[in-house]
Amino acid sequence: MTNHDDHSHLSDTELRVRSLESLLVDKGLVDPAALEAIVDRYENKVGPRNGARVVARAWSDPAFKKHLLEDASAAIDSLGYTSTQGVDMLVLENTPSVHNVTVCSLCSCYPWAVLGLPPAWYKSFPYRARAVKDPRGVLREFGLELAPEVEVRVWDSTAELRYIVLPERPEGTEGFTEEELAELVTRNSMIGTEKAANPNAGDS
Amino acid sequence: MDGIHDMGGMDGFGPIPIEYNEPVFHAEWEGRLYAMNSALGALGEWNIDAGRACMERLAPVVYLQSPYYQRWLYRMENILVERGLVTPTELTAGTPEGAAREPLSTDEVFGRLRASRSARVDQPVEAKFKVGDAVLVRNIHPVGHTRTPRYARGRRGVIDRDHGVFIFPDTHAEFKGESPQHLYSVRFTARELWGPDASETDKVYLDMWDDYLDAD
Repeated sequence: MTNHDDHSHLSDTELRVRSLESLLVDKGLVDPAALEAIVDRYENKVGPRNGARVVARAWSDPAFKKHLLEDASAAIDSLGYTSTQGVDMLVLENTPSVHNVTVCSLCSCYPWAVLGLPPAWYKSFPYRARAVKDPRGVLREFGLELAPEVEVRVWDSTAELRYIVLPERPEGTEGFTEEELAELVTRNSMIGTEKAANPNAGDS
Repeated sequence: MDGIHDMGGMDGFGPIPIEYNEPVFHAEWEGRLYAMNSALGALGEWNIDAGRACMERLAPVVYLQSPYYQRWLYRMENILVERGLVTPTELTAGTPEGAAREPLSTDEVFGRLRASRSARVDQPVEAKFKVGDAVLVRNIHPVGHTRTPRYARGRRGVIDRDHGVFIFPDTHAEFKGESPQHLYSVRFTARELWGPDASETDKVYLDMWDDYLDAD
């Protein structure tokens, strides 16, 4: 029922996908070269490291951070690391008193232009069902226990706006270069289910 | 529609299936299917809202029993037939009945996808609400597509920000026009949505269009 059972009954599905691809190619509806390019893009070019560099820049450069929070699409595109590809983006800032977490309860909306494809758990029924109602319980399963006074803000992605969480910069990172900071920015910290890695805890 | 896809707040699905060091695709066919979906989207024969609506029409039991990309496969077969790009006979046989068309090149696919991604509409449409306004989500149950989750209907929130003018998915999904209107981030308290047992500090934010909201 979750996404982990994909491996159990592949053969019928695999055959059906192959048959459909062959039909679509024969009809001229898709070009195999375009399919290769799309797969390559997501397996090799777009991914959470791009988002991590955006976060690291925001931690290092207050003017960029301000731009990012005001107009995320323009700010991200201005870096040239990656592109929002025309998608409207919103960046949500975590602070000691506010923790943001993102979900798409209705389908699987995710900022893939910047973070790549979503992890299977993000698309899973448990996450979609529970994140809006029991965010603290969900975060606990990711190892994140928040104090009751911290305000949890759940963003349910119902429109063509894509959210990225700007995690808090970990303590003890004064003097870190942007490259070193980017190493601490996990994919999950940009979804909001973790904090950025703590360089002093040995878990980075 | 009040479909199985509208999962926010449901119980019984168990813990989050967290997987570490996860591959982008778990099998080659998932990547092929993902790519086919993008390349077909570039043809412009349907829009993202119509695609979601087609997914929502899968029978609930099929939706629940099928892994993620398998749902994509079923949706793709259905929408290709609905839009007249493939006949049921072709789908069964796996071979075309008529002449082939000239496919879009890789550059054309990427170019068209980039151009079609934003749902923002550059038109002056008057906003019904302003930041800080109290709103009540309409208690609507359309049989077609909507992006108002059940858990928010009939609930009270506050306009947190105005995103500007966007395509309205409910009409767009049915090829009945873009109905451009303001889209807002609406803030709800967790207690308004989930009752007195919910945290008194937590909030849920939903993006909602003018047509989902009344003044409170």
